[in-house]
Amino acid sequence: MKEPKIIVCAKQIPDPEAPFSNVSVNVEKKEVVVDAPDVISPYDENALEAAIRIKEEVGGKITVLSMGRKVSDTVLRKTVAAGADALILLEDAAFERLDSRSIAFVLSSAIKKIGEYDLILTGRQAGDWDSGQVGLILAELLGIPSISLARSIKIKDDSVVVEKLVPVGYEVVEAELPALVTVSNEVGELRYVARTKMMALLRRPISIPKWGTKQLELSVEALNPVQLMELCPPPDMRRECVFIEGASSDEKAGKLAAVFKELR
Amino acid sequence: MGDILILVESKGGGLEKMTLELIRGAEGLAKELSTGVSAVVVGADTAPLAESAAAYGLNKVYRLEHTLLQGFQPDAWVGALEWLCKEVSPGIFLISHSFVGREVAPRLAYRLNTEATTDCIGLRIDPADKGLIRTKPIYGGNAVAIVKTEGIPQIVTVRKGIFEPAEPAATRSEVVSMAPPLDESLLRVKSLKTVEQEVVELDKANVVIAGGRGIAEKEDFEVLTDFAKALSKTHGRVLIGCSRPVVDKGWMSSDHQVGLTGSMISPDAYVAIGISGAVQHLVGMIRSKKIIAINTDLGCNMFKVADYGVVGDYKEILPALIKKLEE
Ligand SMILES: Cc1cc2nc3c(=O)[nH]c(=O)nc-3n(C[C@H](O)[C@H](O)[C@H](O)COP(=O)(O)OP(=O)(O)OC[C@H]3O[C@@H](n4cnc5c(N)ncnc54)[C@H](O)[C@@H]3O)c2cc1C
Repeated sequence: MKEPKIIVCAKQIPDPEAPFSNVSVNVEKKEVVVDAPDVISPYDENALEAAIRIKEEVGGKITVLSMGRKVSDTVLRKTVAAGADALILLEDAAFERLDSRSIAFVLSSAIKKIGEYDLILTGRQAGDWDSGQVGLILAELLGIPSISLARSIKIKDDSVVVEKLVPVGYEVVEAELPALVTVSNEVGELRYVARTKMMALLRRPISIPKWGTKQLELSVEALNPVQLMELCPPPDMRRECVFIEGASSDEKAGKLAAVFKELR
Repeated sequence: MGDILILVESKGGGLEKMTLELIRGAEGLAKELSTGVSAVVVGADTAPLAESAAAYGLNKVYRLEHTLLQGFQPDAWVGALEWLCKEVSPGIFLISHSFVGREVAPRLAYRLNTEATTDCIGLRIDPADKGLIRTKPIYGGNAVAIVKTEGIPQIVTVRKGIFEPAEPAATRSEVVSMAPPLDESLLRVKSLKTVEQEVVELDKANVVIAGGRGIAEKEDFEVLTDFAKALSKTHGRVLIGCSRPVVDKGWMSSDHQVGLTGSMISPDAYVAIGISGAVQHLVGMIRSKKIIAINTDLGCNMFKVADYGVVGDYKEILPALIKKLEE
């Protein structure tokens, strides 16, 4: 077959894995405040890794699409350093906190503007809202088959063959291209990008198109924000921890064994 | 206002516990709305499950039956449910945040021109407009959002364990057969084969011993297994769990993973070894009756939620502990 054109949807978010002590909720502004640098949403990184592996095997071109109110190309350039061929930022004040349907709608408009594609990969869910909806809706909007929770993805002739996680193990499924696949962490972590490579890339001028509602010819009225009534801090999870002290591991182990005996 | 509809799921031939929880949740909402609760059973042979569901005093139990609904083929299920919703116009559609629900809800909502909210931990009715107000954890559980969406039916997926399971009722439900007009062209994804693997059911364990990224080698999980063996002589069923990085490394299969995207469990005791306590892990085990943490880092979050903590290296603590337990 011809070399596949792959689109990876990858979103920039505050680090969802920051320790909970670094995360707070601004109730008034209805905002989550994370005291840590932004990252690419972890499952989107898995999606990119899956795309790069396909490219290594059968060739192809990878375009990363990233959408947000304000997207930082320094966070997203990592995708190019890792192996993506092009990066397109979808940026507009109107893209702030949209509902899943509207996000999928903007992405579908951008994908139609790109034109040709064979495979679209997204993470199984984003690390901020944990909704797991956009990929599946995007496939519906584009009228293409969707497969969720991939642990491995292969292109074979004009189809995609996916090992999909199911409760009893995994299922091997196949769909004709173009298709959309949502990717799970079992695919493997995004390859390590050496700092020097990152730095070199940051200095090199590359063209990163920025598309907003104007370029995509979208009317703002067509976009619905999430109807967020309230944002609250989580229930307190803390317990009073009894630390088991001891001069040696043996002594600690003895006291711990006593704790287990009491649990019976 | 149409009925509240719930999607029935099965486990081992019977009703999945999450479905019973949905029935209980739906009953509460139905009271507020003065409406009824109905359920839909999807499959190629729905009679047995529909019979079981009919025992719960529901308004109607729909048997959505077709040969293409054998197993779970998402394209067919979404198509059939879309057809049913257009036929019976439910006001609210409650779906479990299960493997099936995660896939069905977003697609179905799109087709019905509405927006689903996934993984809800609370539901109530807005007295003003009778809309469904949804409580949903975000940022892995670091914040809790309260949201609404437009459109009918109001579709949500509900997290396991949010409602108590319903009890069978005195009145039987009316069972209604529905034949959705489906054909092969609907199936855009072809199933080639399913590879069944041995899966652990962590929710059946009395004690879960979980290892994280702090476990240096794959072989070191043998020490955890030895610990589990020693403990199982006195503490019932003891199973091995893990955090996500262990799955990422391919050291354990996904069914061992505890957390937001793994199992959510509440054993009598949870032993976290070399797990830092990221919120996405904590939401899966925070309801454990006792939490015991072994970690080299005194400052880690796991100690903040633990009942007992040992600051130290598992390589030294565990072998010594096993010896003591066997004495
Ligand atoms: C959307 C989303 C969903 C997620 N879902 C899940 C999920 O379901 N489950 C899950 O687990 N994670 C999940 N994660 C990942 C999660 O955020 C954390 O990255 C992960 O839980 C960290 O695992 P860990 O604690 O094992 O590793 P780390 O955070 O690296 O912690 C390792 C710990 O081991 C300790 N240690 C090191 N050496 C030793 C030693 N010799 N003896 C004792 N202790 C030692 C260290 O002090 C440290 O505390 C999710 C993330 C996202 C964004």
